[in-house]
Amino acid sequence: MSSTPHKVYLDNSATTRVDDQVVQAMLPYFTENFGNASSTHQWGQRAKQAVEEARHQVAQLMNATANEIVFLAGGTEADNLAVKGIAEAHANKGKHIITSQFEHSAVLNSCKYLEGLGWNVTYLPVYHDGVVRVEDVQTALTDETVLVSVMHVNNEIGTIQPLKQIGEIVKQRRQAGQRHLHFHTDAVQSVGKIPVDVRELGLDLLSISGHKIHAPKGIGALFIRRGVRLQPQSLGGHQERDRRSGTESVPMIVALGKACELERLHLEDFIQRVTALRDYLEAELMNRISNISRNGDAECRVPHIANFNFDHCEGEGLMISLDLKGIAVSTGSACASGSIEPSHVLTAIGLDHSTGRGSLRFSLSKDNTKEEVDYLLETLPAVVEKLRKIAPKVVSNLRS
Amino acid sequence: MYSNKVLEHLENPRNVGAMESPSLKGEAMNPVCGDLLQLYLKVEDDKIVAASFQAKGCPPSLAAGSVLTEIVTGLMIDEALILKPQDVTKALETLPRNKEHCATLAIDALKSALVFSHP
Repeated sequence: MSSTPHKVYLDNSATTRVDDQVVQAMLPYFTENFGNASSTHQWGQRAKQAVEEARHQVAQLMNATANEIVFLAGGTEADNLAVKGIAEAHANKGKHIITSQFEHSAVLNSCKYLEGLGWNVTYLPVYHDGVVRVEDVQTALTDETVLVSVMHVNNEIGTIQPLKQIGEIVKQRRQAGQRHLHFHTDAVQSVGKIPVDVRELGLDLLSISGHKIHAPKGIGALFIRRGVRLQPQSLGGHQERDRRSGTESVPMIVALGKACELERLHLEDFIQRVTALRDYLEAELMNRISNISRNGDAECRVPHIANFNFDHCEGEGLMISLDLKGIAVSTGSACASGSIEPSHVLTAIGLDHSTGRGSLRFSLSKDNTKEEVDYLLETLPAVVEKLRKIAPKVVSNLRS
Repeated sequence: MYSNKVLEHLENPRNVGAMESPSLKGEAMNPVCGDLLQLYLKVEDDKIVAASFQAKGCPPSLAAGSVLTEIVTGLMIDEALILKPQDVTKALETLPRNKEHCATLAIDALKSALVFSHP
């Protein structure tokens, strides 16, 4: 029993531990090489060289070219720049955007903001399996559409969206003359977890976030395909070729570059190892706990996310009980947010306030081990049993 | 986010389960979040000699039900009738502001047992 781990972090879709090699790579850029990348002296040039190398590393992970990468503060800023930047630059051609119901709030709230300015937004359904239908995109497209923004991988249930097929439709329409139509994806949960190729997927814009791939919080990047015109959301000293002004955060950019390089080098190994671990976790959970069900399509998904419903349990009670045993997971259940509805993602795949209450997300990283998953598997059944014992067996006469 | 007392009741809930032939039974539901609390009391000579609960809801609702069974055991019915949500909150050290209604849920279940119950 002495080898039992007491701190097991299974919430890697929320954030990841910064890799030691990433920390080592960024440290010199706080002290020895502290220059401003815009300065022409040797201090500045060393910083600039580091930024450009990082740009190359980020580009390589997604088959882009370095000058198509813009560094910014994170996934949220990348999504804001993509959605609002494209909308503002092409508003004279049309005011219609297509997105999905279960996007990250950075995309959803950018769209809501534009709706307030008179834009029309189509929110595509994602059905029970959590996958957008290509036919629905086809149907929703109009001559007024300037942007299709569909996330690559959903952050709560891990389903992969059919970007390649959507990209082909976008390309066809563009070739037919709709030059102002653009295709963006929030790839925060896919880059570094599955192969991502911006050319193959037909993307114009792609958002990534550092802290989901073992770089620090506060750094991200937006891929902007060469030739795409957008309205910068931050004006100032012309950094990042005028697309995102503000002095470059050199250590953070170096960190993101290093993290992307490591993800690229270890991607195959990651997929193989983490898929096996996730499959083991899922099979054993189903074995050991009755009345649970998996959320999201079983095939079309990333290796590292498992999402379950536990009948007759509350997600927050499960999550906090596990936390007391040293295990971190997350829940999309209602109580955590103080409303009766579960998260917008669980609602979008058709779970209501009773079925969506007992959801837990387990998200793995390269650092997780079988021993850690075993500790979860030893701990969770008793926690579920305890909460189910508290739950009333007799249905209430009261109505909510 | 939650006090040690809330966490302790979540980990080791007291007096869980439906009581066989209770003297009084009460129930309350929060219409906003759907949390449900059922309370069972055994009363002898106007004194609450045992209490148990069942609940479905977030950790503070479960903790409020659990701590309520401790608070009321040994009280005369008169004394139990004047308990307030603040008494439950105090017994749990503190509750986050947006979870104070969980203490109200517990007191509503108690009132329902004492005032409206038909044993």
